[in-house]
Amino acid sequence: MKALIQTIVEPLVDHPEEIQVNVKEESGKMIYHLTVHPEDVGKVIGKNGRIAKVIRTVVYAAGSDTKKRIYLDIM
Amino acid sequence: MKQVTASGQTVEDAVQSALKQLNTTEDQVNVDIIDEGKKGMFGIFGTKRAIVKVTVAENHLQQVETYLKQIVSAFSEDVFVETSTKGSTVTFDLSGKSIALLIGKRGQTLNAIQYLVQVALNRLSKERYHVVVDAEGYRKRRKETLEQLAHRLADKANKIKKHVSLEPMPSYERKIIHSALQHNEQIATYSDGTEPNRHVVIKPVTK
Repeated sequence: MKALIQTIVEPLVDHPEEIQVNVKEESGKMIYHLTVHPEDVGKVIGKNGRIAKVIRTVVYAAGSDTKKRIYLDIM
Repeated sequence: MKQVTASGQTVEDAVQSALKQLNTTEDQVNVDIIDEGKKGMFGIFGTKRAIVKVTVAENHLQQVETYLKQIVSAFSEDVFVETSTKGSTVTFDLSGKSIALLIGKRGQTLNAIQYLVQVALNRLSKERYHVVVDAEGYRKRRKETLEQLAHRLADKANKIKKHVSLEPMPSYERKIIHSALQHNEQIATYSDGTEPNRHVVIKPVTK
């Protein structure tokens, strides 16, 4: 899952080496915290949060077979 | 970016030798001729070999195809991608196991993947592309469903003499509805609301 988030974000940003995904586990849910270079924040959020929304759609769908609920936190 | 400088008796020979080294074909490279070479007298005196610089052109389509495959592999191991280009529209057709999971409810996952691929491709390339990601004929099936829905709701609007709103849809799905009802003179269609809640409204035409 961490690798998937990394893969999705990589071609969207100018500084792919500064993508960070941290995982935190809480009661019954997995929280993935995505951090990118400050200049790239806009690129992963997109106009009206459109890119952020599609990243979440893809990540949640890919994680639908796991028992834990997944949350994706951006910045 | 891969590039190689090669020499040969003629320009053509030099290019072929470079292609062999790069293990590619002529349509995927840019060739710069550095020296055209000279045949010389009787092919013995004053011969000069041709020198060319061959650069592998960056293939954006291939890069995003790999990107798409990487995303898809998180869903299912056995999914094949078939790429076709028509003008500025690039279509990626997915087929294989667990396709339903990739499509998602009303195609939302497929649409999300499509948008990601489009953004990635247009970031790489100077030209603008329109990307379509399809899965086992989903787009065509969806089009038929939407057309049926359009005609059914047009009848309903006509019967109850009231506006009928459809659920929010992406722009190309709304377009399908509009064009399906374009020639129906008893009703008119328009879109209302702002993205992502923009939806089609069918209204009866009062005479």
